[in-house]
Amino acid sequence: MSVVLNAAEIARALRRIAHEILEKNHGSSEVILLGIPTRGVVIAQRLAQEILGIENAEVALGTLDITMYRDDLRMRAPRPLTPTQLPKTGIDAKHVVLVDDVFFSGRTVRAALDALNELGRPKTVQLAVLIDRGHRELPIRADFVGKNIPTAKTESVKVNLSEIDGSDEVKIEGRSM
Amino acid sequence: MRDLLSINDLTKDDALEILDTAVHLSDLSDSSSRKFPTLRGRTVVNLFFEDSTRTRISFEAAAKRLSADVINFSAKGSSVSKGESLKDTALTLQAMGADAVIIRHGSSGAPAQLARKRWIDGAVINAGDGTHEHPTQALLDAFTIRRHLRKDLGDLAGLKIAVVGDVLHSRVARSNVLLLQKLGAAVVLVAPPTLLPVGVEHWGAQVSFAIDEVIAECDAVMMLRVQKERMEDLFFPSEREYARNFGLNAARIAAMKESAIVMHPGPMNRGLEITAEGADSKRSVIVEQVANGVSVRMAVLYLLIGGATSRDLAVQIGEQS
Repeated sequence: MSVVLNAAEIARALRRIAHEILEKNHGSSEVILLGIPTRGVVIAQRLAQEILGIENAEVALGTLDITMYRDDLRMRAPRPLTPTQLPKTGIDAKHVVLVDDVFFSGRTVRAALDALNELGRPKTVQLAVLIDRGHRELPIRADFVGKNIPTAKTESVKVNLSEIDGSDEVKIEGRSM
Repeated sequence: MRDLLSINDLTKDDALEILDTAVHLSDLSDSSSRKFPTLRGRTVVNLFFEDSTRTRISFEAAAKRLSADVINFSAKGSSVSKGESLKDTALTLQAMGADAVIIRHGSSGAPAQLARKRWIDGAVINAGDGTHEHPTQALLDAFTIRRHLRKDLGDLAGLKIAVVGDVLHSRVARSNVLLLQKLGAAVVLVAPPTLLPVGVEHWGAQVSFAIDEVIAECDAVMMLRVQKERMEDLFFPSEREYARNFGLNAARIAAMKESAIVMHPGPMNRGLEITAEGADSKRSVIVEQVANGVSVRMAVLYLLIGGATSRDLAVQIGEQS
């Protein structure tokens, strides 16, 4: 097991992503950060905090549960649902930034795009991830990446966040040292 | 969980999982998305040997919102009226590839028979069998009580709920007593002695013969329909006397706790077990119960056939060998 990002590095990566989101969207007024449960929600909250610190502006924040849209539902027992909460303004004509912890096959993001399709018509949909570990199975890319980490398919990337796991840390498990 | 036949098959955690799932689905349906691709390609059969409006429509709406294909089968006008047995009907549905069969039957135990004999691979959901159980009605009632009286979405500990009326013939009452007690609520059954089943003292619920003695201390009052179609004998002297002694009228509504709610599984006999004032009062959540029924049934369908089912696993094993 090896640690690839520590707490300070996670904080720096998120601060940079916050700057990039603001730069790309010319501020935060039309931006909605939508976290994908579980850890994407926490990362979205932290990005909102960073944006508050940088621009002194409250960015719209929500959560998007994609379980009902997954393409692998029939391969295992039903997964528990988590809440979907959208800002009252809705997502129409906004810049929606999907936020997740680890970007892997791209299937979660595909499901999220389907879910968004049911909820409205954003102006653009962007993707922010803390870790991009490669091995895409679909033609999907991220707009904002905390860190690219080359991995083997047999390894697993574990993102720990203090709100959920008690500490901030990104680890790779199953790597032969 | 493979089938939903009786509340007894559920642990407290199973029941809370269904209710929590229903909360999420209800919130999602309130926002803009009304339809999910989750059960696309699954076939759900409504197998109704007894008349029903709201339960059948509710299951149909739930299945369709999850994109399942729905086949409605009612005994009237089908080969059942030509004398086909439950087994042969089930084998026909099996041949059509039903992933879930929602069955209502006049005989207690018919859904259990269907599930136990495994004439079909699909999940069996009891939508009311004789005077035995109606588990999804109890779940939607618990969902409604929780939404109004337990905003923190915990269990129902500390609540007192009256179930009033024809307990003898009511599958709704039996399922509700089992579920509400499982979730920690105290239940009081209120009925004339002739409308209480033999052995009711073993249900674990308080029994009262006078609604006015208990109504002031209850958090929810659940009125049961007087089931005229099941009453071959005379269970009470007259409808007027029943309405006066057990009906929910304006005076009794006024005697209830500030926060208490009025429930009825429908269809109502207005003027018999509940007056128009009772049915239409601000405390009444009767119409909301119908809407909640769709969310709860979506949750049950999702949890039973939304993930890998025994049919899927059989196919996967077949592919591997």
